[in-house]
Amino acid sequence: MASKEIKLSCRNVWKVYGKSPDDFFNKNNGNVSDPLKLAQEMNHKEHIVANANVSFDVHVGEIFVIMGLSGSGKSTIIRCLSRLVEPTAGEVILDNEDLLKKSPKELTEIRRHKMGMVFQNFGLIPHLNVIENIAFPLKIQNFNKDTCFEKAKKVIELVGLEGREENYPSQLSGGQQQRVGIARSLIVEPDVWFLDEPFSALDPLIRRQMQDEFMKIQSVLNKSIVFITHDFVEALRIADRMAIMRDGFIVQFGRPIDIVMNPVDEYVRDFTGDVPFERFLKAEDLIEKSKSSTDNMKIISSTTPIQEILPQLADSKNGLAVVDDKNKELGIITPQGVINVMASAGSKKVQNRK
Amino acid sequence: MKTLLKLDLFQWFFVIAITVSFLLMQNQFVWLKEFPKEFIFPLSAILNSGMEWVVDYSGWFFKGISWFLEWPIKGVRWLLHFLPWTVTVFLFCLVSYIASGWGLVTFTLLATFYMVLIGYWVESMNSFSLVAISVPMAVLVGFAIGSWGFFSERAEKVIKPTLDFLQTVPAFAYLLPILLLFGFGTTVGLLASLIYSFPPMVRNTILGLRQVPSEIIESGIMSGASSRQLFWLVRVPTAWKQILLGVNQTTMASLSMVIIASIIGGTADIGWEVLVYLRKAEFGGSLVAGIVIALIAMILDRITSGLAKNSVTYKPREKSFLRRNKFWFLAITGVLFFYIMSFIFPILNQWPESYFISPAKFISNGLDVFILNFGTQIDYLKQVAFFFIMLPVKIGLQLSVSPYTWGFELTPFLITAYFIIMILFSSWCFFKFSKDVAVGVVLFSIFIYFGLTNMPWLPLILIYGLIGFKIGGLKLSLTIVASFLFITFTGVLPQALLSIYLCGIAVIISFILGSSLGIWAAHNDKVSAFMRPINDTMQTMPSFVILIPFVMFFGIGEFTALLAIIAYAFVPAMRYTEHGLRNLPETVIEAARMIGCSQAQLLWKVKIPLAMPVIMLGLNQTIMFGLAMLVIAALVGTTGLGQLIYIGLSKADFGTGMISGVSIALIAIIFDRTTQAWRIKLEKKTQ
Ligand SMILES: Nc1ncnc2c1ncn2[C@@H]1O[C@H](COP(=O)(O)OP(=O)(O)OP(=O)(O)O)[C@@H](O)[C@H]1O
Ligand SMILES: [Mg+2]
Repeated sequence: MASKEIKLSCRNVWKVYGKSPDDFFNKNNGNVSDPLKLAQEMNHKEHIVANANVSFDVHVGEIFVIMGLSGSGKSTIIRCLSRLVEPTAGEVILDNEDLLKKSPKELTEIRRHKMGMVFQNFGLIPHLNVIENIAFPLKIQNFNKDTCFEKAKKVIELVGLEGREENYPSQLSGGQQQRVGIARSLIVEPDVWFLDEPFSALDPLIRRQMQDEFMKIQSVLNKSIVFITHDFVEALRIADRMAIMRDGFIVQFGRPIDIVMNPVDEYVRDFTGDVPFERFLKAEDLIEKSKSSTDNMKIISSTTPIQEILPQLADSKNGLAVVDDKNKELGIITPQGVINVMASAGSKKVQNRK
Repeated sequence: MKTLLKLDLFQWFFVIAITVSFLLMQNQFVWLKEFPKEFIFPLSAILNSGMEWVVDYSGWFFKGISWFLEWPIKGVRWLLHFLPWTVTVFLFCLVSYIASGWGLVTFTLLATFYMVLIGYWVESMNSFSLVAISVPMAVLVGFAIGSWGFFSERAEKVIKPTLDFLQTVPAFAYLLPILLLFGFGTTVGLLASLIYSFPPMVRNTILGLRQVPSEIIESGIMSGASSRQLFWLVRVPTAWKQILLGVNQTTMASLSMVIIASIIGGTADIGWEVLVYLRKAEFGGSLVAGIVIALIAMILDRITSGLAKNSVTYKPREKSFLRRNKFWFLAITGVLFFYIMSFIFPILNQWPESYFISPAKFISNGLDVFILNFGTQIDYLKQVAFFFIMLPVKIGLQLSVSPYTWGFELTPFLITAYFIIMILFSSWCFFKFSKDVAVGVVLFSIFIYFGLTNMPWLPLILIYGLIGFKIGGLKLSLTIVASFLFITFTGVLPQALLSIYLCGIAVIISFILGSSLGIWAAHNDKVSAFMRPINDTMQTMPSFVILIPFVMFFGIGEFTALLAIIAYAFVPAMRYTEHGLRNLPETVIEAARMIGCSQAQLLWKVKIPLAMPVIMLGLNQTIMFGLAMLVIAALVGTTGLGQLIYIGLSKADFGTGMISGVSIALIAIIFDRTTQAWRIKLEKKTQ
């Protein structure tokens, strides 16, 4: 599970495309007094603001999801974090070191050992077969063939691609290709894992299945993850925390369920409006303070999904006691409490629609 | 808006008035008609003495290179002559199998056996050896320059226009400086073919490397590849197919140039055979030899394009050493087998001369019989084309209409009637269509009456300059004027006009023919399937070969050249038209159907306007192909710049050859820019 230790963070990152983007910044940390005004000025002068003043932290072992409409700057920010794209201003800090100060050589080393990335359209190398694609990051580090293939076999098992080692990317289905992409990004055992809309090119059923497998893999590996999606349901399913982007800015931060319950504006609400958030509620979202003793109540964990809570609640009229992973009591869940939560979220949605 | 329209028309009035007054006064003032000889800049002489100086002072250097390059050619030729023909044929077949399969093997076998049987094996292999050496060199050079252009945008800015220029300067024009610098011999063919064939490699390399999807590059970077690893392990293999397509184009260009280079003779290759027979008017012989060239072209094309196609079908790697290297083993055993067999059966080593079977005599006789029977019809066809199309454009109705040709005299009454009709027609066009069409009609009627080659030089430059200005703005206009000034001041304007006249007619006919076929093929899958292999073959054929059948039937002369240019140049017009019409957005066409367009309306009012930018690209290519063929057609006796180049070549007159070559390139460039500008204008309109 996520700890509070920070793995990767970015501070006031700007990425501006155009003739002379540097002219807008006099010092390079991107910490300007009025970012909104600056972005408008840039737009006026025919510059494209792909990222504006983006700051967030990714904790060790956390899945951090970034969402936003097409063109909102998601891909650009993830590429700034991996320095595939050079930020115009701001800082990127990985393991307490400034990533932007690294030389190309050091950067290559970091990518060889600390970073893995999965792409929307898979980014597989067409002339290499599955096992060669997966072993590619090792091959370019001049590992010998046996080591490469041994390690590759392990990740192939992890993503469930046994028996497809000799196939070429063009002979695989989308889902299988993305498994190869995932396996390749994991073979160097990175700490930080970037995924840029990894499941968007897949059809819904496969997407669902891949999400489950992704969560399974993550429960074993416990990486620090930046995950991009434009599907709120996907975010709800996997995110520990998330950020919503618009026109290069981050407009809202938080746990997915908080964002559903309290969208800051119309834009965010458009994402969350049709989300069946009820299905993704967990015990911790339904807690209320206990007024009476909880001794004879059934005890459940704070991460229990609502689907398991409801049947149990039906059996025990008084409610359920909720504890965290250290067995500390957090509160209780009552039928009335559940109804209240749903009603308040529902009414907010309706009221905000108007 | 209204004043603007007036201004626009006023410019045209002005230019047309000048033109007419020049035409009327040109009999009084000779300098109006012809550019005065005293003003011709002696560029030709300067170039010649410059060249002489270079040859005198650093000739040894070039001769040294030449001497050096002779060796690999000699080596390959020696090897190809030393090997029994069966061994070489076996190797060709093996490569054909790897490239494409049994179908191509059969074709290669039959084709090579044809060469052996008619007794052109040695000549074929001589030509092939030049290709075999120049292609790897061109590929390496092209790949290196292409990669450089890919990495450095500044380099690309220099490379692209240089390639454009190299590819528009006619192939003939290359030969002369090379000949003068490097002396007679096989190296001329090699170097000419090298220079002519590396540009497509550069283009395809840049294109291929650019086309690699960014995600694949990014995934390479994220895998931790250094920039060198990224280039060799990710970019190049991913661009491999495009690079191999470059090899295919380079091979075809190389063969084409090797054949053209053979007109200087002395290298005992197959192109020379064709030319010798053509000159002797033994058409059977030239056809038989020409077919050999066509066959070599087809084999090389199928093999290289097959390899390109194969490069993206990946097969699982074979496990065992033997299977992985099966083709090598097969090659070694095959070569040994046929080599040993050729000792036992000498016929497998060298096909005995007494067994040569050549249908040349037979074809010649057949042709004689044909011409004896149909000669009058052929002549009739020729004369109709000549008197009613070619002459009027060339020297105008003014001179071409006579009782002998048209059956009546051009009386003042008829002349007045002609102009009145044309003016009425023009005004009708003005109200029915647009002022551009009306101006076009006026210009056309003037051109046709006086003849293109009789147009005075100054109005010509003004008219072309103004057309350029209307289509592409000031920059295009200046390019056109500068090019015409170069042509005028170097004194080759009369020849340039002759070239434009012949090529112009050919291009118009090619374009009409090609685009009509394209429209037909776009609506009929059978026609499309039928034409595709014909087009493919026409495009890979060395241009020289296309001349042969036309010379056979129509003899030497402009009419033959016209037909040959049409045969070569209609292909792009057809291709692009079909492509443009077939790739229109479905929704637009459905919408038009829903409104209730008839088939004809759908075609003329919707599809063709939408596909116009692509069709224009076809026109552009047709012009380029036409000009390229025009120069080759000089071999069958045309007048104009092509002939000048040819004369320059035979007299070793570097200056004249170079000026004519550059003039053709300039004409190609201005027509290219004009059609491109027009296309861009249309594209903006359709969007
Ligand atoms: N190389 C570039 N040059 C100019 N503009 C660019 C470049 N790359 C991205 N942009 C612009 O930056 C903005 C953000 O692009 P980005 O790819 O980050 O969007 P995205 O949120 O990933 O969208 P999608 O969901 O479609 O992938 C877009 O407006 C895009 O046009
Ligand atoms: Mg994106």
